[in-house]
Amino acid sequence: MTADFLLGLADDALVTAQRLGWWVSRAPELEEDVALANIGLDQLGQARGLYAVVTDLEGLGRTEDDLAYLRDAPDFRNVLLVERPQTDFAVCVVRMLLLAAWQSEVYAVLAAREGPARGVAAKAVKEVAYHLDHAAQWVLRLGDGTELSHERTQAALDAEWPYLPELLEPAPAAPVDPASLRDAVLGRVRPVLHEATLVVPELPADPPTGGRAGRHTEHLAALLAEMQQVARAHPGATW
Amino acid sequence: MTLHPSPSPSPSRSTGTGTGRARSAWDIAAAVPDPELPVVTIGDLGILRDVTENDTGCVHVQITPTYSGCPAVETIRADLVEQLTCAGFRRVDVEQVLWPAWTTDWITEQGRSRLEAHGIAPPAPVRAAAGASGGPVDVEIAVRCPRCGSPDTHEANRFGSTACKALRVCRSCREPFDHVKPI
Repeated sequence: MTADFLLGLADDALVTAQRLGWWVSRAPELEEDVALANIGLDQLGQARGLYAVVTDLEGLGRTEDDLAYLRDAPDFRNVLLVERPQTDFAVCVVRMLLLAAWQSEVYAVLAAREGPARGVAAKAVKEVAYHLDHAAQWVLRLGDGTELSHERTQAALDAEWPYLPELLEPAPAAPVDPASLRDAVLGRVRPVLHEATLVVPELPADPPTGGRAGRHTEHLAALLAEMQQVARAHPGATW
Repeated sequence: MTLHPSPSPSPSRSTGTGTGRARSAWDIAAAVPDPELPVVTIGDLGILRDVTENDTGCVHVQITPTYSGCPAVETIRADLVEQLTCAGFRRVDVEQVLWPAWTTDWITEQGRSRLEAHGIAPPAPVRAAAGASGGPVDVEIAVRCPRCGSPDTHEANRFGSTACKALRVCRSCREPFDHVKPI
């Protein structure tokens, strides 16, 4: 169960890194290109650290690269929140806010006690604090900005919010039961949204879910095809 | 606001079994420059955690990354192997350790002065409260311009040219400069 849980966290981070990489050269300003690349790099590093822990726990002889490059979409355990395209900057920052709030909480728990992922989590919790702060600053600036930026940020929130419950689904056997983080995660997110003058939607009764069980949207396969193509076309190649 | 020095342990220095050689192995390893901040060494940055040598002349080096995704780690590993091999050590084994997590509080005084002398503002002490709880990042600490010394500077981008640095601009002398972020 521990390996499955950590694989989910790792896949969230890897898919997020890949999505953030898309923004390089496309962000609203040069500084933001650099910021999103840096945040993506942190996420990539966290994914690598977690994959190393997972392969150790599994003991199946799989490597970090096997996990990243040689699995198909149904084998990935990331949440749906992170895999959908994010070609609108408001979506990018709203999603980062939700994900970073969740990651902050889960890594803080993992870093505070003995366990195989403690070292990765202890680094991650410090990095994610910067991601959360960066996302919050943008959500405030855009939400409480112009009429247009407010509208687009509200639309982004309305689109992303239904995917939050999947992160908080109960998993009592996991090293950290996500349901136990619910109040803490909402406690980080809601004040930012309120200050940004955004209307916080109701959490849906029947939210989209399935990522942790390998049931993904059609977007993940396309993302993986791009991310994995070189490794698959040239098996074992190094450079 | 009160700043608390971090209670985290400093990097240790074991001398292993071959005391004389291991000491020089430490010195050689500690002198490896950081690939992204070549004005400081990995000893200055506190990235070098431990160096031990066994009876057969093999050296075991422990390093810790600054950030999870720091791309310099592989270069540092290669540089350590090269430097120690050239110094006559027969086998060099570099291990990456994550726990306890690196903090900018481990940058030595010499490292801080070297950074500042090269126009990179060193980090303020990490707040005790910001540690494991991952609380809000404090952005209110004044950072002094390493060129003119003015505290009147502002952050242009929290994420700078490398993962560990932010980009700031001095309002007094108008120069942009890098700032090593407290973490």
